Amino acid sequence: MKSLKIVVLAKQVPDTRHVGPDAMKPDGTVNRGKLATVFNPDDLHALELALNLKDRIPGTEITILTMGPPKAADIIREGYYRGVDFGVMISDRRFGGADTLATSYTLAKGIEKLAPFDLILGGRQAIDGDTAQVGPQCADKLNLPQVTYVEEVLEINDTEIIVRRRLEKGIEIVSAPFPCLMTVHGSSPNCRSRHAKNVMKYKYARSKTELRSEDEFMIDLHTKRPHLTIPEWSVEDIEADLNKIGLSGSPTKVKSVENIILTASEAKLLNDSDADIEMMIKELIEHHTIG
Amino acid sequence: MKSVMVYCEVENQKVADISQELLSAGKRLAQKLGCPLEAMVFGSSLNGIENQIAPFGVDRLFIGNSMRLEPYRTLPHAALASSVLKEEDPQIVLFGATSVGRDLAPRLASVLNCGLTADCTILDIGDHFVKKEKKEYKDLLYAIRPAFGGSIMANIINWDMHPQMATVREGVMKKEIFEEHYSTEIVEVDVNAILKDEDFVVKIIDRQIKESGVNLKDAPIIVAGGYGVGSKDNFDLLVELAQLLGGEVGGSRAAVDAGFIEHNRQIGQTGTTVRPKLYIAAGISGAIQHTAGMQDASMIISINNDPDAPINKIADYVINGDIAVVVPKMIKYYKQNAK
Repeated sequence: MKSLKIVVLAKQVPDTRHVGPDAMKPDGTVNRGKLATVFNPDDLHALELALNLKDRIPGTEITILTMGPPKAADIIREGYYRGVDFGVMISDRRFGGADTLATSYTLAKGIEKLAPFDLILGGRQAIDGDTAQVGPQCADKLNLPQVTYVEEVLEINDTEIIVRRRLEKGIEIVSAPFPCLMTVHGSSPNCRSRHAKNVMKYKYARSKTELRSEDEFMIDLHTKRPHLTIPEWSVEDIEADLNKIGLSGSPTKVKSVENIILTASEAKLLNDSDADIEMMIKELIEHHTIG
Repeated sequence: MKSVMVYCEVENQKVADISQELLSAGKRLAQKLGCPLEAMVFGSSLNGIENQIAPFGVDRLFIGNSMRLEPYRTLPHAALASSVLKEEDPQIVLFGATSVGRDLAPRLASVLNCGLTADCTILDIGDHFVKKEKKEYKDLLYAIRPAFGGSIMANIINWDMHPQMATVREGVMKKEIFEEHYSTEIVEVDVNAILKDEDFVVKIIDRQIKESGVNLKDAPIIVAGGYGVGSKDNFDLLVELAQLLGGEVGGSRAAVDAGFIEHNRQIGQTGTTVRPKLYIAAGISGAIQHTAGMQDASMIISINNDPDAPINKIADYVINGDIAVVVPKMIKYYKQNAK
């Protein structure tokens, strides 16, 4: 079959699985500086699905697209290490503070600049919000059909792609025409590891912002090998409307945040001794909680 | 028009539990606002479907009835819902945070260019003063959800791009009949006039849906394990205890991520919300995302080797010790003492 052009959407996220108490700013926004960042897990699944299609269909090209601060260049390098062909960052302070609506607008403008494409893939959701909104919102902005929660590509030909979706209570097999957007479920295969050859080839990949603080060797290398320079698109590059990006393009606002203080009840404190546990079990039976 | 709207999920002539829960939540909001509650339902063979919706106090029900609307597909449902929403212009729209709701609501939020807050655990009405505009906005939706690592509850509002939309997980809101024979105005949606051929480009080839055998929501006793359980073997002890007590086994998200337990047994904000008679939390530290889904249990036992685990603060019994020691003793003394 004819080769595909695939765009993979990936996000660098704070590692919410390991959050310390100083991670929030007083205004309720995340203090990203205080947190380790990771490649959003579901997006890695989307990347694997794309790489798998590239294995199956010769000539297929994968572009990884991320929106984020300069540090998000890590996502592009990680993509290269695992086998993508191109990487692009959307990075500009004015995109900051975006909720899912402003994010999807921004990503859609970036995707349009990458046209033509056959397939847009992204993770089902990101661990910093678990909203699962950006995929469907991008699909709408691009006027594409969407297929969410994809677990496996069962069949693909020149006109359609047939996939299995993982729903709460079962599965669904659906077909969709090209181009379309799919979000990939965490139950799909894990992403392959980095390939040593790719790591060698791309370990000096740097964004323009990163290059500013590099030495002559690196700048020289990037002049000789321009493919190592990661494009960084600004508001102007993607012709974004300032009213639709960042904070001003975000309808949802945090009114307030409240620290959770669990109210202490009068707990009975026990240890693992036989006496304590037998006492508790007897009380529970007596009060008809169990038994 | 000022109203609260609920998108109702239906399959095989049965309205989903989550949708009925949302109708109750929507009715409470509508009463606070002094406005009507509306609902929309799209499916096939829906004659009489209002009987499952009206009693929750629905003033107006929009029905889209066509063979082509079941099972759910994104584009036709989005086209119908956006048509109804543009026409009615409600101020609040609620969706279940289900496979369907999480697929549909964001697409609609994009079509309508409005805000959407996911997985709310509390919905309320209140005001907000916008400093920049020096203007007080009245009667906004407070969409409140645990956020970011679980140490905070965030109140999300949206004052300038309507409608205000939110999704809620199943089991979070209490379902209550408002009035058995509540009179509902029924509005038929002209499905064929709205839908176009291109709304059907995604085709469902096969579908295997089964009600999961797991019913955490109605289990009187739940034995739940967290990451601190440490191993699948230790989790088997929890299964044994649950079976002995006639309960179900559940787990925290960390336990699910670690592969100790299946996803459909996850308890918490992004899993199931439960209100059992007895909740035994083993090796669960008690992040708010978890406690949001179980804090209404009548009795809570925490087994943890960390005496400062947050969950201990809401527990009735706190056992300081290892799962592998404590649980076998609980099994032993239950067997000895149960009648």
